[in-house]
Amino acid sequence: MKVLIVGGGKTLYFLCRNFTAKGYEVVIINRNKEECVQLARQLSATVVLGDGSDAGILKEAGAMGADAMLAITPNDQDNLVICQLASLKFGVPRTVALANDPDNAEVFDKLGVFSFSTTDIVSSLIEQRASLEQITNLLPVGEGRVNVTEIILDADSPVAGKALKDIELPDNALVAVVIRHNQPIVPRGANQLLAGDRLVLITLPENHGPVLKAFTGEGK
Amino acid sequence: MKNNRYIVIVGCGRLGSHLANQLSRDGNSVVVIDSDEATFNHLSPDFSGFRVNGDATHMAVLKEAKLNKADVLIATTHEDNVNLMVAQVARRIFHIPHVLARVFDPRREEVYAHLGIDTICPTSVAAEMFLRAVADRAADKEREQI
Repeated sequence: MKVLIVGGGKTLYFLCRNFTAKGYEVVIINRNKEECVQLARQLSATVVLGDGSDAGILKEAGAMGADAMLAITPNDQDNLVICQLASLKFGVPRTVALANDPDNAEVFDKLGVFSFSTTDIVSSLIEQRASLEQITNLLPVGEGRVNVTEIILDADSPVAGKALKDIELPDNALVAVVIRHNQPIVPRGANQLLAGDRLVLITLPENHGPVLKAFTGEGK
Repeated sequence: MKNNRYIVIVGCGRLGSHLANQLSRDGNSVVVIDSDEATFNHLSPDFSGFRVNGDATHMAVLKEAKLNKADVLIATTHEDNVNLMVAQVARRIFHIPHVLARVFDPRREEVYAHLGIDTICPTSVAAEMFLRAVADRAADKEREQI
């Protein structure tokens, strides 16, 4: 797999270290000459000095044969144009743009560019951790597209005492395992949930909040 | 041409302010957006439009400029990528009927022609004029020699 990354800073450095450790071929594009020299010394990646939103530089970096493009510069407009050039001009099959302004995540989606917002991710993580004390674990799997969460039902929970089939859940959510008195049970519709149960939930980032609310009742 | 359109101009530099002054003088409702407040000094005293101080790559700023009501948007900042982003947002999210963007890099311009964004590339325009002037002069010389 060949990955092009445009950007700089620690995020880029650690991402590249991760990718190269997995055996990916990584090409970095960075505008700053000194940073390029540093990166080339520290990483086993190809480093190209230049503007990643310049078609000539993208070509030089081998965009033509790349499998993925990741644009993580501090400027949203650059990230958008980099991804669009990569996909429209060079046919890169997967492009991801960082939306520094969380509002732009929606904008990018509407313009057909897949994006993520660090602000959104971090704030939702903090909110989940801070406001819901019953949540004991949170594990993103499938490249962050799926969350596995462990929660403890307390007596105030709106679902305590209800059968699983009677609980209204958003789409794409699952109670995978119920742990009661250290006994794991894979529940069926007729199983009743009780206060004190530990549930392992499978959710998606987009329904994570509502699903947790359904079990904990918080935020209602 | 009717002259009572709602026109948003992004970037109030030499080009942006020139367009804003002219279009405002012609009777259009003009809004200029620039992240540097000092650039509004380029506007002439009789400019009767609105000034919005902010970064046009932020949705909040575009909403403040009431893009949903605009008939025309012209993106004239000195950064190609800002112009291209704003132009796409104007076209696809605010559905502004006529959107124009200045793009200096001819290679970038090419790609956006496919996306339904009208672009003007000063580099290509100037190059063409220079080439024509050079060719004309050469032709004149040849004629003199004959």
